[in-house]
Amino acid sequence: MWHDAVLVAGKDLRIEWRSRVGLNQVVPFALVVLLLFGLALGPDAGRLRAAAAGLFWVTVLLACLLSVQRSVAVETADAGRDGLRLSGLDAGGIFVGKSAALALQLLVLEVVLAVVAALLYATPLSGIGLLAATCVLATAGLAAVGTFYGAVAAGTRVRETLLPLLFFPVVAPVVLAATKAWSAALSHQGGGGLGWLGLLAIFSVAYVAIGTVAFGALLEDG
Amino acid sequence: MNALVPPVDHGLLGESAAPHAVISSRRHRAELALRIVGVAGLVGVVLTVWLGLWVTPPDAYMGNLVRLLYIHPSMAWDAFLAYGVSFAASACYLWPRTRDLRFDRLAGASAEAGVVFTAITLVTGSLWGRPTWGTWWVWDPLLTTTALLFVLYLGYLALRKVPGDPEVRAKRTAVGALVAFIDVPIVYFSVTWWKSLHQAPTISPGKSDVHGLMAWTMLLSFVTFSLVYVWFVAHRYRLAGLQAREEAEGLAYALAERRAEGGAKAVEKNEVLT
Repeated sequence: MWHDAVLVAGKDLRIEWRSRVGLNQVVPFALVVLLLFGLALGPDAGRLRAAAAGLFWVTVLLACLLSVQRSVAVETADAGRDGLRLSGLDAGGIFVGKSAALALQLLVLEVVLAVVAALLYATPLSGIGLLAATCVLATAGLAAVGTFYGAVAAGTRVRETLLPLLFFPVVAPVVLAATKAWSAALSHQGGGGLGWLGLLAIFSVAYVAIGTVAFGALLEDG
Repeated sequence: MNALVPPVDHGLLGESAAPHAVISSRRHRAELALRIVGVAGLVGVVLTVWLGLWVTPPDAYMGNLVRLLYIHPSMAWDAFLAYGVSFAASACYLWPRTRDLRFDRLAGASAEAGVVFTAITLVTGSLWGRPTWGTWWVWDPLLTTTALLFVLYLGYLALRKVPGDPEVRAKRTAVGALVAFIDVPIVYFSVTWWKSLHQAPTISPGKSDVHGLMAWTMLLSFVTFSLVYVWFVAHRYRLAGLQAREEAEGLAYALAERRAEGGAKAVEKNEVLT
């Protein structure tokens, strides 16, 4: 399974490296959203600073949706899904591989966004350890749920509109927990964020496990 | 020519063309039971409205607002009952030994009723909150979870609407429903924790004696709306079955008609030629 996961992740990352859709489209899109949030809340530095963590994570979520769409589109085009099915790769491995590739792209995006958000919202990045741990755990959960619902919606003609409706309510706890952990770190109260890290860990482990088990059933049907 | 035509039934409700006596009597009994449930539910609703709006007294603290007690909690109970049934039916469908499209239909029918009851729960709760807490909405764990549940199941219903092969669709929606359902405790826990870190719980039930008749009316509302739920779901389930039949047999029927038409024309042609 792990071998298959590495193969699939390598494939997705190679496609991204050659097409640079994430870098040239998703990252700029996320930056635009950060700017728009700034405009919507006005130039008051105090208000922006108070909201920075939440704005960052909502932006990540929106960008995540685009990345999931892209990850699904890669398989839908040229009947890649059938190819995957015929390849004899383990379904759990495919799930882990696609999730890992998605998570890696999201982590890169989060680093860029964090720096820009820190500048735009006048929020010095404190408690880097907690910030980074939150990113890793939250991203694992987002990528797992995203990959799973991406596959649920993949075979349908209304994919683009159905996916966000299925995806966003499920990851609501991730946005909540990640925002609280980041707020704690940014306001120098790192201890308050540890519990939220635990919640993120539970969420991520649960959804990675379920996805690995249930992905086969989804892939069979296409 | 007729040998090519698949057997098609023309019954109004899709009843089998040659009904087996046992099946027929069982169906008849089921329909009778359902009718009784429907009538009992209707009588219950009328009684609840009469008791709730005219007979029971206003509360000492909450005044006439207390009358929402006769609808709001029972609607919330119905909603959770509906989601529970939907979850169980989805699990039954996924379990290989009990895999049956009837479970899929039951899951869909129950979830649909659940969404309606959730909407009513949210609206009546909001109506109660405005005069009591001075605001239409508070970020209370129960409220927030209910709202998210509403959206989760709207997504589930949207997924069910996607056309496709019934088996594929059933499996896809069942897996989707199970994965969504796991989210509910996580959401509840996280929102509870979020609020507890910031402020004291907002909902504290008003300390007031529940008048004997009020308690009975509330109990009646629970029984009544449970019956209404059963009636809704049973009818929706039956309708889903008919829809599935129509989908499966409609094409066969159209093809048969077309063939018969073609056959008639061929016969005509032959007659002209000879």
